Amino acid sequence: MNFLYTAYAATWAIHIAYLIILVRRYSRLKQEVDELNKKTS
Amino acid sequence: MKKAFPILGLLTAVLLSYALYEAMVVAPREQTMGDVQRIFYYHVPSAWTAFLLFFINFVASVQYLVRRTPEADKIANWIVIAIGVLTCIGAYVIKPLPQGMYPSSVVTTGLAVVGIYFLIKKYFSEQETDILALTTAEVGVVFCTVVLVTGPLWARPVWGIWWTWDVRLTSTLVLWLIYVSYLVLRRFSTSGQTPVLAAALAVFGALDVPLVYFSIWFFRTQHPQPVIGGGGSIDPRMLHVLLINWLGFLSFACLVCWSRYRLERLHRDVEETLALEALLEPRSNVR
Amino acid sequence: MTAPTGIALVTLTKDIRLEWRSKDAINSMLFFALLVVVVFSFSFDPNAEESRLIAGGLIWVAFLFAAVVALNQTWARELRNQVLDAYRVSPAPANALFLAKAVGNFIFVVVLEALMTPLFIMFYKLRALGPTWQLLPVAVLGTWAIVVNGTFFAAMSLRTRSREIMLPLLLFPITIPALLSMVEATTTILVGDPSMSAKFWIVLLATYDVVFTTGCLALFETVLHAE
Repeated sequence: MNFLYTAYAATWAIHIAYLIILVRRYSRLKQEVDELNKKTS
Repeated sequence: MKKAFPILGLLTAVLLSYALYEAMVVAPREQTMGDVQRIFYYHVPSAWTAFLLFFINFVASVQYLVRRTPEADKIANWIVIAIGVLTCIGAYVIKPLPQGMYPSSVVTTGLAVVGIYFLIKKYFSEQETDILALTTAEVGVVFCTVVLVTGPLWARPVWGIWWTWDVRLTSTLVLWLIYVSYLVLRRFSTSGQTPVLAAALAVFGALDVPLVYFSIWFFRTQHPQPVIGGGGSIDPRMLHVLLINWLGFLSFACLVCWSRYRLERLHRDVEETLALEALLEPRSNVR
Repeated sequence: MTAPTGIALVTLTKDIRLEWRSKDAINSMLFFALLVVVVFSFSFDPNAEESRLIAGGLIWVAFLFAAVVALNQTWARELRNQVLDAYRVSPAPANALFLAKAVGNFIFVVVLEALMTPLFIMFYKLRALGPTWQLLPVAVLGTWAIVVNGTFFAAMSLRTRSREIMLPLLLFPITIPALLSMVEATTTILVGDPSMSAKFWIVLLATYDVVFTTGCLALFETVLHAE
């Protein structure tokens, strides 16, 4: 039974890890965009 | 368009929760394997989603390569149409069909292939095709990782071994390796023509897939091993739960791909802007 | 002599002549393969029965790694002095260049195999119990499988960081079906079990070669011109 829960948990862990990577990249990009906007204005 | 994203998000959350409930509670308990068999409802949909994403990557890569020359583009169009027509004819002419295939499903698959090709052609420009290829490869690798993790977690309690050179699991491993190498090429390439090189690699990878499957299949018939996932017919109640879970994961995959796609577009816009800025730098700053 | 075969032949003879004079690739390949064989000898000390089961895999792993050594420097020579750029600008078809490089690499690896095989037979006390003649198509088709994709991916990895790592990284996953076929065919022939035949593996190797030779020839021009 433990294996069942581990498998389901692992699935979501992998997906969430990827989403966290995406969110981090997005915030970094957002920073760059804000810097660019500041420069032009 | 912007409104659709949160709506899709909500739909996905609802679907996945319902699917989880179905998998854990509603689906009947398997006779020989017990509750561990429920891993099946996450393992198989993840595999199907990964394969679909890799297929879209293949189509996008082919499109990227053929759109560079108008003649190649036309030839590719005709080849795709031919594939669709032959599949439809073959579904009814070839008797008997391999086990598990029905004429209706073969026709649907054939038409889906043609449909995907022309839809991508219509709605994605050349650069966008490249972004689509990158997105589907990345998300595909994520789903493929899930398959490779849940597979052994299923095998261990049922057969006592973590890994077996089973056809499907091994083919999935090789597929995973091919697409990871694709992503590494993308990351490490210093050329301005990375999309072209990556597209060529994707085509090679896709050509390799049937060869991988056949070689491992024959290897397995020579050295029989336990089969993970089982073959044969499936209880209709289990099929229902399986399909619900697949729908949930497909919807989730759409969401993630959409996010990744937008992220990549933003990234490329920023790069372009930075490049333009560097070009337009006033001369006094450049010593 | 502007026919594609003419150009391919000229490039090929140039490469062979250069290699014959310097013996760079052959020496490093030989040494590397020998190292692999010796190290494996320390870890396994098989009797004749066992060695027949494992030798197939060992031999092809040794040849594969040695081939990568050769493949890595395939294009390195052309990069110096901008010879590759000269090729791109010339009206010579890109396929001719690719064929010349691939055939050149094929010859180098085959020479290596010819030199190493007696050593293998000696170290692992090998004696094929099955039809030995079948080893020839396995060797030829298998080597071509590694070399044709290797030459292509070597060209691809020219424009990447960590060039020497990219080649095996790209090559190994794609060559898995070919490697499996080579190893299984060799093992089947060595073991000589009458119920098993290497014919399927040989046909699979041939299919692999046809598919990927076509793919490489079709896409090489694109890869060559990618700046």
